[in-house]
Amino acid sequence: MSLTADRTAELVGRALDLKGRSLWEDARRRLFRNRAAVVSIVTLGAIALAAVFGPFLLAYPYDYIDYSVVSCAPDWWPDPSVLCNAGGTHWFGTDSVGRDLLVRTLYGARVSLAVGLIATLVSLVIGVTYGATAGYLGGRIDELLMRFVDVLYSIPYIFLVIILMVIFNRNFFLLFVAIGAVEWLTMARIVRGQTLSIKQKEFIEAARASGVNDFGIIARHIIPNVFGPVIVYVTLTVPASILAESFLSFLGLGIQEPLTSWGVLISEGANQMETAPWMLIFPALFMAITLFCFNFIGDGLRDALDPKDR
Amino acid sequence: MLSYAIRRLLGAIPTLFIIITVAFFMMRIAPGGPFDSQRRLPPEIEHNIKAAYDLDKPVYQQYLIYLGKLARGDLGPSYKNKDFSVSELIADGLPVSAKLGLSAIILAVAFGLTMGTIAALRQNNAADYSIMSLAMIGITIPTFVMAPILTLIFGVYGVSLFGYDISLPVGGWNGGALRNMILPVIVLSLPQIAVIARLTRGSMVEVLHSNYVRTARAKGLSSVQVVVRHALRAAVLPLVSYLGPAIAGILTGSLVVEQIFGIPGIGRYFVQGALNRDYTLVLGVLIYYATFVILLNLLADILYAVLDPRVRYAR
Repeated sequence: MSLTADRTAELVGRALDLKGRSLWEDARRRLFRNRAAVVSIVTLGAIALAAVFGPFLLAYPYDYIDYSVVSCAPDWWPDPSVLCNAGGTHWFGTDSVGRDLLVRTLYGARVSLAVGLIATLVSLVIGVTYGATAGYLGGRIDELLMRFVDVLYSIPYIFLVIILMVIFNRNFFLLFVAIGAVEWLTMARIVRGQTLSIKQKEFIEAARASGVNDFGIIARHIIPNVFGPVIVYVTLTVPASILAESFLSFLGLGIQEPLTSWGVLISEGANQMETAPWMLIFPALFMAITLFCFNFIGDGLRDALDPKDR
Repeated sequence: MLSYAIRRLLGAIPTLFIIITVAFFMMRIAPGGPFDSQRRLPPEIEHNIKAAYDLDKPVYQQYLIYLGKLARGDLGPSYKNKDFSVSELIADGLPVSAKLGLSAIILAVAFGLTMGTIAALRQNNAADYSIMSLAMIGITIPTFVMAPILTLIFGVYGVSLFGYDISLPVGGWNGGALRNMILPVIVLSLPQIAVIARLTRGSMVEVLHSNYVRTARAKGLSSVQVVVRHALRAAVLPLVSYLGPAIAGILTGSLVVEQIFGIPGIGRYFVQGALNRDYTLVLGVLIYYATFVILLNLLADILYAVLDPRVRYAR
């Protein structure tokens, strides 16, 4: 069977009409077919929106103290033996100095999510730069840089963060940076490994042949190509940072009053759980849901970006 | 192997040295000291106290004095717990923390291995899914949420099973009585059980598909023998390299658990010391922790080579 000129032209035309799917588009399709990941994205989006806009819409400021409703249950609380009910608009009840728990939970969400994002950003910047440099330059420099990472790995670093927090008087900004600065080690290892394999590829050769310098090659060609594994790891670093901050706050070394975070709220709730269990349950629930969401999104992204693994 | 172990041990010394140095100087440049109190002390008394703890000397001299004492095994006096040296406090808390941590790691390995193996043998079955969902919960819910919730259920509300009251004490150590240990040990080991179960399942699934397991089945061994004698041996290998992180996780978790359950271990000393700026105590406990983690990482590497003859460290 031979193709006529018309038939050829028609086939070429049809091929031109077909839109190619990029790697990222493929990944996005696979991600959106993963039901757990989609539900998680929607839930997480809702929590983030509530955290950002919720406090503006609620009747109470986050630091408004009302001694007439100390440790009161919400009106709908099923256990009738509670000491008092807080009245209509305290939907989550009140805390031990009569502040509205709903607005404080949302405020805690702000702080916790901000810590997660900023600390991850810090770890991303340090880890990607460090790993890409080590992997690309190779040789003795690589060995030296990675040996340093090995040394840091053997340090129980949460203890160093605790010392840091004590010394700098629980500085809010430093907390973000300190957590990020200890989370970058794994990121650096992942990026280095990826860089080692990418730098053998032809397009790097081509870039070098056309006169791009080392810095340009790292910034323009290496880093964009290590993005897949990095983005998966990012979704796991965010919950890890949230956990680290809550852990410190729980021990009394993190966020200070009247500001709050989930860790602070859980710590207060744990102290009062016998008489006022809602103070523990609501923040813990919000935090657990958020952590679950990040984990499911991370799993979904890994499956989506690395299809051969399934 | 021996030369490898010795080389690694020597390599640990600079790491430890860096940790001590960094921690020491970080504490000294910090604003405020352990003897700043609300009440102004008369200058002579303040001077005497500082002289007694060598705090009147320049920082580099203090550092050298500290290192000199450390070389002789003396961690110095505690600034806040008067009449106690840091070594005494650590010796006091260490048995408690060790008992707690060891029980937790044994429980974690036993349960994690069993659950992971079951999940792998029943891959993609109801048992597999329920074990893996439980593991997901164990990984995501942090210790400091799990501890109060379990206390609320088993301690405050009380639980009875078939008419027996099985509620548990919510705090205190009581000399390490079994009843007092149950809740803290469970809380401490849950995240590790979860991770170990996931790791075991992953490696077990791989091993079960390998040729030698098929051979073992083909020559007519019972499935128990195949799993225990052949598959499990290879499947535990990834676990050995997880041992280091697991220990670190349990140490970190014990900070919270000892705080919540009021257990007099060294984790509590560390947190209290940090809050009170009891520098020598914090530094002493940190040195203990760091040494412990480094040694266990080394032990895990050596164990790995012993279990897997293909791994050779000679170089």
